[in-house]
Amino acid sequence: MTTPETTITPYPDGPLIVRGDVVFRNEAGEEIRQPRRTAALCRCGVSAIKPWCDGTHKLIGFTTSPEPPDARE
Amino acid sequence: MTIHAPAKPDTRTRPAPRGPLSAEILELLADDTQDAAGLADRAADAVDRAADIARDDDVQVSLFLLYALHYGSLADLPVAREWDLDLLGARRVLESAFEAQLRAEIEIPDAPEPTADAVARLLFSMTAPSPGPSLARYVAKTASVEQLREFLMHRSIYTLREADPHSWAIPRLTGRPKAALVEIQFDEYGSGDAGRAHAGIFAQTMRGAGLDDTYGAYLDVVPAVTLASLNMMSMFGLNRRLRGAIVGHLAAFEMTSSIPNKQYGDGFRRAGFDSDVTWYFDEHVEADAVHEQIAGRDLAGALAEDEPDLLPDILFGAAACLTVDGWAGDHILHAWQEGRSALRRSR
Repeated sequence: MTTPETTITPYPDGPLIVRGDVVFRNEAGEEIRQPRRTAALCRCGVSAIKPWCDGTHKLIGFTTSPEPPDARE
Repeated sequence: MTIHAPAKPDTRTRPAPRGPLSAEILELLADDTQDAAGLADRAADAVDRAADIARDDDVQVSLFLLYALHYGSLADLPVAREWDLDLLGARRVLESAFEAQLRAEIEIPDAPEPTADAVARLLFSMTAPSPGPSLARYVAKTASVEQLREFLMHRSIYTLREADPHSWAIPRLTGRPKAALVEIQFDEYGSGDAGRAHAGIFAQTMRGAGLDDTYGAYLDVVPAVTLASLNMMSMFGLNRRLRGAIVGHLAAFEMTSSIPNKQYGDGFRRAGFDSDVTWYFDEHVEADAVHEQIAGRDLAGALAEDEPDLLPDILFGAAACLTVDGWAGDHILHAWQEGRSALRRSR
């Protein structure tokens, strides 16, 4: 049996979705409990529950398009 | 062989009848030997009497009871009635009229290209937060403790069974949409920890607010349109033909959850309730920010790619969620703004 991959997927105009086994830590290096198997990390900077997404990106017009430079040819 | 109902069924949470059809269905549930022949004709009569199916008390209580047979959500429902052809025939008559009204009244946007990206973008645009008065803002800023308790009573009709109507769709999907739906539902049901199941967390909220968490305890005080909100989900979930609609419904539901739940939590904190009561709302701020992404792109978007013919129903289900939940929310908000209780009668 193979170990499932841990993946981080950017969702357009939204958070980074993290799936798989991963340990989240705060700035002090302490583990942050995350019982959810799939987590959403704030990408817009305005979430009130960072590092998690709280949907607030929808209130500030946050957009990820055009795509970041490293995704272009 | 006939399997009879228990000699003394527990009927404490049966709703009161709201017309002749719901009265007859309650009798059929109390006595599973009673002949139900011709019930579909009486259902058609109830439809004929109804000026507005979504707000008709007799029709919506009847539909609620017929769906309850499939969920087993009320105590001591006779198992034989679940597949009783007369009851199923009546359900089909009511559903047909209900669906026809929804399709006639609900506007859906033009369908985009059936790609996950285009479908997710349209769903996020349909559900974009709007400024102005809303039930969530009223709860956050203004609602009294008694109004907060009324709010929980209304919510209990769906939320004590949270996620169940959409689970009907799991075996009706395949591949990516099925995996996405299960990914959402796994979290709804506690990610393997029954103590984290959302319906159970909501039951704790109700107890913390001094309310009865027995399913159905507040059936008699909620208006028909609150029952219509749940009945619509049950109809979309239980009819394979409507699997696009239940998927679109879930996407819109998740996309309009995180920000209002922040406001609901703020309202209960403002009124002095502790984290036992507010955990449910705080949990949904975080959970539904995940779910809305999966539901828009991996569930609804992927289903549109796999079965493009379902795209109009995906949009119909999303628009129906917004419209009917809007009706139910407005019922509460308008009553409170006029200084009235939002319950049918005070308990």
